[in-house]
Amino acid sequence: MIEFHLDGRSGVAPYLQLIHQVRQALRLGLLAEGDQLPKVKDVAAGLAINPNTVLKAYRELEYEGLAAARPGVGTFVTGTLAGASLAAHGPLRHDLQRWLAKARRAGLDDESIEALFVSTFRAAGEEGVA
Amino acid sequence: MTAVIESEGLGKRYRRLWALTECTLSVPAGRVVGLVGPNGAGKTTLLSLASGMLAPTTGTIEVLGGRPGAGPGQLARVGYLAQNAPVYAELSVSDHLKLGARLNPGWDAALAADRMKHLDLDPGRKAGTLSGGQRAQLALTLAVAKRPELLLLDEPVASLDPLARREFLQDLMEAVAEQQVSVVLSSHLISDLERVCDYLIVLVGSRVRVAGPVEELLASHHLLSGPRRDPATLPAGQQVISASHTDVQTTLLVRTAGPVLDPAWTVSGVTMEDLVLAYMSQAGLGRGRRHLEAQR
Repeated sequence: MIEFHLDGRSGVAPYLQLIHQVRQALRLGLLAEGDQLPKVKDVAAGLAINPNTVLKAYRELEYEGLAAARPGVGTFVTGTLAGASLAAHGPLRHDLQRWLAKARRAGLDDESIEALFVSTFRAAGEEGVA
Repeated sequence: MTAVIESEGLGKRYRRLWALTECTLSVPAGRVVGLVGPNGAGKTTLLSLASGMLAPTTGTIEVLGGRPGAGPGQLARVGYLAQNAPVYAELSVSDHLKLGARLNPGWDAALAADRMKHLDLDPGRKAGTLSGGQRAQLALTLAVAKRPELLLLDEPVASLDPLARREFLQDLMEAVAEQQVSVVLSSHLISDLERVCDYLIVLVGSRVRVAGPVEELLASHHLLSGPRRDPATLPAGQQVISASHTDVQTTLLVRTAGPVLDPAWTVSGVTMEDLVLAYMSQAGLGRGRRHLEAQR
């Protein structure tokens, strides 16, 4: 089971933050088909947020085909976002770690690394490489 | 869905001072309503009218379809927590629960016991010796265990430290999730309201400035900034809530149903805080659009 958190300063609507965290967990394989999402009551009580916000996030996930509610039981994951690519995560993460270590040795700080990654990611997207 | 609070031209006067004027509201059920406004805006008066502690001077108010305070049936349906969470200082925690059980026909003893266990309050302790947070939690327990359909909370977290505040709101949200109780709560802490509320009422100077579902309000208000101009030249559908000008630039917060198409403006979304502050400062601007001249 995953645990939600909220960034009050991000300016992103709370229900979107919840959806994003579920999608993220699906992508990383932390959640798989059949897993139960935290109960609405527990999320509302844990984060001190309106239960309607949680319901809205779960409804949106249902609409996307990623989750389904079983009345009286809870909401369960029905889809996946990682798919077959999940197996490739390990080696890719390893490569990335090596690259990060190299960047640090070259004297880049966190902000520079992020900027370099984002700009390269964008440029690659524009060229149609990614 | 039925309204939990329905008021029409509601007003309350204390001697010569109007604490609430022409208040017309229709608050739907199943919401957590945030009531905001400066001190003396009329928040406590509105909550007292809804609980039946006060009678209106003008207009009408219906709560859950009945007249506030009209008989035991109506009283049982509404839980009211006054400012500073009043408890009986000389009575023990368990005395409070006994009182709650005797005075409320729908008392949920299991729920009260459950909450006491979770709060870890010594039943023998006198309520006067509890901390602010514990007192608020005891008062919330009494209000929740009577199993009301509507909870009215007047600044329930104002005097609490951040941890006690969070715990109070966590418990409140748990009650909302479990019991489908509607809530109206007044607070100055917008960051709290952003988390818990899905309906907002802004009261300023005894009047309701704006009321509606939070999502709709955020979607229909925009922050515009661009070259200096007179807000009076805006399209008819755009209502200026607040305006500020420098010699070259104008920043407006407008309410509009449609999109803002004028390319001269940089348009951005608003937060609940932007919205509340704009309506609060609006009171000082007066109702006219002459403030552009006034600032020159």
